[in-house]
Amino acid sequence: MAEYLDRSSDIGKLVAMPDDDMIICRCEEITKGEIRKAIHDGMWTMTEIKRYTRAGMGLCQGQTCSRIIKGMIAKELGVLPLSIDDNTARVPVRPVEVRVYGKGIN
Amino acid sequence: MSNQCADVVIAGGGVMGNATAYYLRKKGCSVIVLEEEMLGNGGSSRNGGGVRQSGRDNRELPLAIYGIGNIWPHLSEELGVDIEYHQAGNIKFAKDERGVEFYKKVVEQNLKKGLELRMLNQAETREICPLVSDEIIASCYCPSDGHANALMTTLAFYKRARELGARFITGEKVLSVKLHKGRAKGVITSRGNVYEGDKIIITAGYESRAILNSVHIDVPMRRKLIEVIIIEMQPKIFPMMITIPDYDGGGYGHQTDHGSFVFGGHIPLENYLRPEEKEVTQLITTASNCNQLVSYFPYFKDAKVIRSWSGWTDLCQDEVPVIGNIDEVPGLLTACGFTGHGFGISPAVAACLSELAVDKEPSVDISGLSYSRFIM
Repeated sequence: MAEYLDRSSDIGKLVAMPDDDMIICRCEEITKGEIRKAIHDGMWTMTEIKRYTRAGMGLCQGQTCSRIIKGMIAKELGVLPLSIDDNTARVPVRPVEVRVYGKGIN
Repeated sequence: MSNQCADVVIAGGGVMGNATAYYLRKKGCSVIVLEEEMLGNGGSSRNGGGVRQSGRDNRELPLAIYGIGNIWPHLSEELGVDIEYHQAGNIKFAKDERGVEFYKKVVEQNLKKGLELRMLNQAETREICPLVSDEIIASCYCPSDGHANALMTTLAFYKRARELGARFITGEKVLSVKLHKGRAKGVITSRGNVYEGDKIIITAGYESRAILNSVHIDVPMRRKLIEVIIIEMQPKIFPMMITIPDYDGGGYGHQTDHGSFVFGGHIPLENYLRPEEKEVTQLITTASNCNQLVSYFPYFKDAKVIRSWSGWTDLCQDEVPVIGNIDEVPGLLTACGFTGHGFGISPAVAACLSELAVDKEPSVDISGLSYSRFIM
């Protein structure tokens, strides 16, 4: 069962940071500031962040940025990273051409 | 543990629940939304993003027309998030005379309902949708239909409702409706928590059935898996939503603002898939979707599939949802059984639910969608 989260709990104000323009998700070019804003907009799970910002939705499916994003959520919410669920891994793990997947496509 | 009260308690934090919370906050009602998993993890995030009027049952068509006329055009501004709504049309393809005849009837029926649809010949079809296969001999086009980003819409309603003071709690699975002197007065969750409200709204997708069962209400519906593939980012190809007719396997898709192409099809084996507790992408469906897409758009054969996902649709017995007050249990409302075409009407449904919850006449006549239609 998903952890109990009252989304109205106070996590403090969103304060701008000097490195907010640092790119976290390289595939979709999503910055630290955009992800932090999403958390303060109420996106408290990896999946919500992904759907709201596209971070982790690119070609590598978050293989690089997932751990960083998890750490960011944990920090903003003041919880342990272990308590945050991963994104769902999606088929295919690597991009595959339509003609390879399909049958008899020339 | 804790006892919590609000004017309205909503079970299910999908697009219906989130949007209803938003409209209720605008009316000044206090709202608690309870969600088992996370916000919008059911059909709200697992649909093709179609916002269409064409092909709708007469009972739900007014909701589609109302939403497209009054809500969708300014929803991004209203919610403060770009939900990528585009009134870019919906085109349905015909490969043979059978398809042409089928769509001629569709056009005729829709014109009677006051909806502008027209047949396009091969040249006209290729003009607005240039990449379509040579095999397509005609199409049926509804210019006032369109599409939006379902993920963003669902979360944008949540974000705005939360900003306005709606209380959202995730990790709270609603098990049953609590009655007091015959009226719905609250819900009980699997953590043993009780949430009380003057109005109780169940918008929990297929799970609504089990919750409503606790007060002897049973919406006849079953689950069916749908699967979608995402094609890597492409240059701008065509703006409209595409539809492949069901008799030819079925399918739907559109290009997102990001450039990726979203395509979902049907396979005849859906009713025989391995029964899973959780929605899981099946071994054969991705291949089937690729074949279907290429047979209509050879353009995509060298493009890459970057992702696939699956989701449940909740098929109602007569293929339209149950929306509104449940007369048998005063104070109880629902919106469920959307049968795979709920997203496009979600803002209009939510607006109506919020009106019903404050005992007002809904903006759209939804009497044909009431639960009482199943009582013979």
